[in-house]
Amino acid sequence: MKKISIFLMVALLGVYAFFTRAEETDDPVVANTPSALSSEEENESLLAFNKMMDVLEHKRCVNCHPSDNVPKQGEDSHPHRFNIDRLNAEGGTNCNTCHQNTNNEFSGVPGAPDWALAPHKMRWEGLSRIEIAKSMMNRENNGNRSAEDIMHHLTEHELVLWAWEPGVDAEGNAREIPPVPKEEYIEAVKTWIELGAVIPTE
Amino acid sequence: MNISFTINGKPTMVDVEKDTPLLWVIRDILELKGTKFGCGKAACGACTIQVDGEAVRSCSYAAKYADGKSITTIEGLGTKENPHPVQQAWIEEVVPQCGYCQPGFMMATAALLEKVPNPTDEDIDQNIINVCRCGTYYRMRKAIKKAAEINSNSILNS
Repeated sequence: MKKISIFLMVALLGVYAFFTRAEETDDPVVANTPSALSSEEENESLLAFNKMMDVLEHKRCVNCHPSDNVPKQGEDSHPHRFNIDRLNAEGGTNCNTCHQNTNNEFSGVPGAPDWALAPHKMRWEGLSRIEIAKSMMNRENNGNRSAEDIMHHLTEHELVLWAWEPGVDAEGNAREIPPVPKEEYIEAVKTWIELGAVIPTE
Repeated sequence: MNISFTINGKPTMVDVEKDTPLLWVIRDILELKGTKFGCGKAACGACTIQVDGEAVRSCSYAAKYADGKSITTIEGLGTKENPHPVQQAWIEEVVPQCGYCQPGFMMATAALLEKVPNPTDEDIDQNIINVCRCGTYYRMRKAIKKAAEINSNSILNS
């Protein structure tokens, strides 16, 4: 009987914990919408924001926006092999010792123009999508870019768009691409910026 | 695709498929066998050469990128009569064991010394990340420091 009571208690706690987590996860992000936007535009902005962030939070982006100066690799975002870190950028063995302007299908080494780590101020690893967006739109962190500059960077820069053509790894396996098609992502970025780059509240 | 470049000071043109690894061009077409194939994945560094003075792993460098560039391989680093400081130091410290990976290490070291003339142990750990299965790392570290010393002495004496 005692065992059954303990079992029931644990089960109830488990169910409670599950629903508590589910509530937190499903908690809708409320847009910090300027009064200039109609409710329809608010919804459009929020949808565009989330679509854009589905991409920016993906490992193809975050692997090179680390918080600890160590680039990450692969689908499991493991630390870059060979102890590569930010200091290598200035050294004899740097990113371009191995990474060139295009993917190398023979060696499996990925490549795109300007292959490099994002500056430390642009660290995204471990941040929520709202924190990433705030940092990305903050001129102190983003290289003094305006919203329009950010729009061009996110939708035109070859290194960003490499995420949809990431090539194969050293074993010949195709790298995972972001969960949103490229054209949809570009449209979402433009919509979000045009509607005032409204970042939802925490 | 016709690709023109200078290799070890000699103007050269090859006609190869544009994505051919430069390593194959160097070894199989130009018959310069000092640069070695190790892993083919830009991981071991045996194929390290210099392109416009920068260390590059040639197994992962498409030939098309060599167009118009200046390439240096171990054969062009120095001569028997006038070895590069890295080659001098490697000889003095008797670094190689089997020797297979050593050209790559020497090319990476020469590139490092161009940027960091007096590398600390940390600089060496950070930049000389090739792989040697004989484990000659200890002698290499001594040789890298000796090469820096030879380099600075020759600058002082020139």
